[in-house]
Amino acid sequence: MPSPGFEPPFTIAVVELEEGPRLMANIVECEPAPEALTLDMALEVVFEERGGVTLPCFRPATP
Amino acid sequence: MTPNSIAIVGAAESNRMGKVPDMGQVQLHADAALNALEDCGLGKSAIDGLATAGHDAAEISHYLGLDPSWTDGTSVGGCSFITHIRHAAAAIEAGLCTTVLITHGESGRSGHRTHRPIFPSQFSLQFEVPYGATVPPTKFTLPALRFMKECDVTEEQLAMVAVVQREWAGMHPRATARDPITVDDVLGSRMVAYPFRKLLCCLVSDGGGALILTKAERAGDFPTKPVYVRGTGEAVESPAITWMEDFTTSRAFRASGKMAFEEAGITHDDVDHLMIYDAFAHVPLYGLQDLGFVERGEAGTFIAEGNTRPGGKLPMNTNGGGLSYMHSGMYGMYALQEGVRQMRGISPAQVEGAEISVVHGVGGMFSAAATVVLTNVT
Repeated sequence: MPSPGFEPPFTIAVVELEEGPRLMANIVECEPAPEALTLDMALEVVFEERGGVTLPCFRPATP
Repeated sequence: MTPNSIAIVGAAESNRMGKVPDMGQVQLHADAALNALEDCGLGKSAIDGLATAGHDAAEISHYLGLDPSWTDGTSVGGCSFITHIRHAAAAIEAGLCTTVLITHGESGRSGHRTHRPIFPSQFSLQFEVPYGATVPPTKFTLPALRFMKECDVTEEQLAMVAVVQREWAGMHPRATARDPITVDDVLGSRMVAYPFRKLLCCLVSDGGGALILTKAERAGDFPTKPVYVRGTGEAVESPAITWMEDFTTSRAFRASGKMAFEEAGITHDDVDHLMIYDAFAHVPLYGLQDLGFVERGEAGTFIAEGNTRPGGKLPMNTNGGGLSYMHSGMYGMYALQEGVRQMRGISPAQVEGAEISVVHGVGGMFSAAATVVLTNVT
């Protein structure tokens, strides 16, 4: 789904932190395909600079 | 409210729906309002209460030349008009007004509308938009994968929601999309936001609708068959989809439905006809489970097995729903219109002998809910 500044396909997900809170984020460094993105997969945070703000995003956790 | 103390005596949609590029949003409100007045034989001077959503109530009042002693601009999303029925019933019972007009108009397709001050949510701008989640298909759909996993719903079953509703739409001359579709058609349609393909998403339409309510004891004064308001419910949950309490069930749906059923004093077996606002194909699945029509984990199978299709034991979304009938943006008004038609016995997809209709709507992205129990018997 096109969104200004985003080139589809991209990944929107709700991520649950180990401490409990949930937040919306983009999954990065991962192919935006259903088979590569499974519910409950382990992730790690990565901070991205976008348009003057720093956003927490997530990538598949390194084993 | 007191069950059956209020009646819907006027109901109408705009003359045209779908693509109406020559009319602005206010005109669509007015077009439907005038049709509803004509439907029940009232002049505008009889209206002393006005409720609307998605537009400034004062502007609608001025445009129609009304002078209401009560207005309600509650705007919690597409279910707002169902909420308005509950509020209007309270206002009429309290003596704040006698005859309420509820209007909806939206130039969803052609875009001749306001700058949408409908959901001035700070949370969404701060926590969702930066991730490219700007429109309903990228937000409303997020809980669906979790729901499908935990409630055993397959993509084929999700597709059946659209297939069955298209069957109903085929019976409605005013429905936008009427040609039959198959599961393969749905699963082969363009991907929008996984797992939602085009035919699992609502239409984007122009249109309007209006209702007129008054005390049930006056219902005999009108040419239309009265439709009584037997029970009502409303609830809100989270401002953004991220903070929905549980992705597999809507707290607002459960609360609103329970309220309406208890007020009406009915059980699920009493319900002859059901409308569940379907902005996307997963919403009726939540509705069936959260309103208690089926157990958790049964909704996908229930629809796929044909229980909600023509001839099934629980006819649902009999106008074709937001997926096939029309969806202006705040679709709740059209679900109500079909509930009223069914109770009047005049729907092109009439459920024979139906006496109780439940109309349930979602607001925002599972942010709110409203439910009304309608009946034609007292």
